[in-house]
Amino acid sequence: MKFTEEHEWLRDEDGVIVVGITEHASEQLGDVVFVELPEVGKQVTKDDEIVVIESVKAASDILAPIDGEIVEVNETLTDEPGKVNDDPQGDAWFFKMKPSEPSQMDDLMDEAAYKKYIG
Amino acid sequence: MADLEITPLNALHRELGAKMVPFAGYDMPVQYPMGVMKEHLHCRASAGLVDVSHMGQVILRAPGGYAEVARAIEALVPVDLLGLGVMRQRYGFFTNEDGGILDDLMLANRGDHMFVVVNAACKADDVAHMRAGLSGVEVEEVTDRALLALQGPAAEAVLAGLVPGVAEMRFMDVGIVGSEFADLWISRSGYTGEDGYEISVTEDQAEPLARALLAHEAVAPIGLGARDSLRLEAGLCLYGHDIDTTTSPVEASLNWAIQKVRRAGGDRAGGFPGAARILNELQTGAARARVGLRPEGRAPMRECTPLFASAEGGDPVGHVTSGAFGPTIEGPMSMGYVPADMATEGNELFGEVRGKRLPVRVAKLPFIPANFKR
Repeated sequence: MKFTEEHEWLRDEDGVIVVGITEHASEQLGDVVFVELPEVGKQVTKDDEIVVIESVKAASDILAPIDGEIVEVNETLTDEPGKVNDDPQGDAWFFKMKPSEPSQMDDLMDEAAYKKYIG
Repeated sequence: MADLEITPLNALHRELGAKMVPFAGYDMPVQYPMGVMKEHLHCRASAGLVDVSHMGQVILRAPGGYAEVARAIEALVPVDLLGLGVMRQRYGFFTNEDGGILDDLMLANRGDHMFVVVNAACKADDVAHMRAGLSGVEVEEVTDRALLALQGPAAEAVLAGLVPGVAEMRFMDVGIVGSEFADLWISRSGYTGEDGYEISVTEDQAEPLARALLAHEAVAPIGLGARDSLRLEAGLCLYGHDIDTTTSPVEASLNWAIQKVRRAGGDRAGGFPGAARILNELQTGAARARVGLRPEGRAPMRECTPLFASAEGGDPVGHVTSGAFGPTIEGPMSMGYVPADMATEGNELFGEVRGKRLPVRVAKLPFIPANFKR
C-alpha cells in the first residue's frame, strides 16, 4: 500500500489502483455525511479535485493521486457516507483507477514513511 | 492573539479527551471522543451535558426591585418584562436604532431582581449597553459562576436525583435551589429543542456537579459541534449568523417573542430602539424572512450558500445563514433569508454549491418537534 501527503492510500490490484482515505484522515474529518464521486470513464490528472467529502464540520476534496482513468467508483458511499468512518482503509474505498503513468506510484510514501509523516 | 480564557471545567474537558478549539475568546470543547454525530443522537435519546460557562451571566438590580428593572430594560428590549411572572424566564433581544438585533438573550424575573444570560461573543458590549441604557439600575456581571446545560429526555430524572424539586419545574421556570453543590440557579430551558435545564453553579462546585451528572449512564458530555446541530434542528437562531445588526426581529421570524403589549395599540407599545421599523414590519410584514430549508439531495448547504429562484440565470434572491447535516432528521438542513413571497413552505429554490445549483425547499421550523415540558 502507498500513501500521499493528502492522506490517501493506494492499493495495486493487478494493475488497477484502488484509492481511499486513511484512518488518520477519517478521524481528522469527523463523521462523514456526504460523498460526491467522480464519473466512471473520467480522465484525471494528478491533483485534480475529484471527490467531495463533507463531514459534520466542513467540506473537503480528495485529489487525484496520480494520472489515469476512473474505472469504478464505490456507489455505496453515496448512500452510506458513514462507512468512511467505519472502515476507511477497507470497504470504504472511493474509486479505482487505471494509471496512465504507473511509475508515479514510486514517488509516493510507503506505510513506514506515512506513519512518520503523520507523526 | 490574546490568551484564551478558560471555564472552570477546562481540566475536565481535557481529561474526557475533548478536542479543544478557540470559541468567542474561550478554549472550548468542540467534540469528545464519541464524535459530533453520536453526541447529537445521544442528547436526543438520553441526556447530554454542555459547558456553556463562556456565556455572560448578569444580575440587574434597582431600588424599586424587579418592576423598576423591567421598566428600564423594556427601553432596550421589545419584550413584555413587566408582565413576566415571578421565577419565570423569557427570550428577548437588544435592538438598535435601525431595528437590527444587537444580541439575543434570556431574561428572568427572580423576585426582587432580574437575571439575564447573554452570548459569550457579545457580553462585553451587552454589559456596556446595559450600563449606558439603564439609568438607576445596577448592572453586575457574574464572573464567579459556571453555566452547565443538561439537555435531553433523561435530564429530569438525572437532575432530580441530585437536586430535589426540579421535576416540578415547567418549561421556562427558574429556581434558586440549595444543594450539595452550593446554591444552584436553575432554569428549565436550553438550546437543543429538548427538555432540560441550564444550571448556574459556583466555579468551585462546577466540576463536582459535572462529575456527578456524568456519573449517570444516561449522560454524555456534548461539545459545541453537536450543540450547533442540535440547535439548528430545533430551528433556533445563532447570533452573528442567523441574526445580527442587519436583521430585524420580523425578518428573523421572531415575531412570537414580541408580546402584544409592546406592539402598536398595546399599553406599552414601542419605546425601544428601532421601534418605528419593527412595529411597522409587525403590521405590514418584512420584505424578507428567515426560513428553514431542506436540500433535496444529500449535500449540506452551509452558511453563505447563495440561493436562487431558478436553476439557471438571475441574481441570488437570498442566502443561507446556518447549514449542516441533521443527525436526527438524517439529512442536510439549513436556515436562511429569502424574499417574503418565496418564503412559503414547500417553495423550491436553488442553492449554489461548488458551482452547481442544487434544489432546496422551504421547510417548516423546527425541523424536529420540540420536546419541552410545558
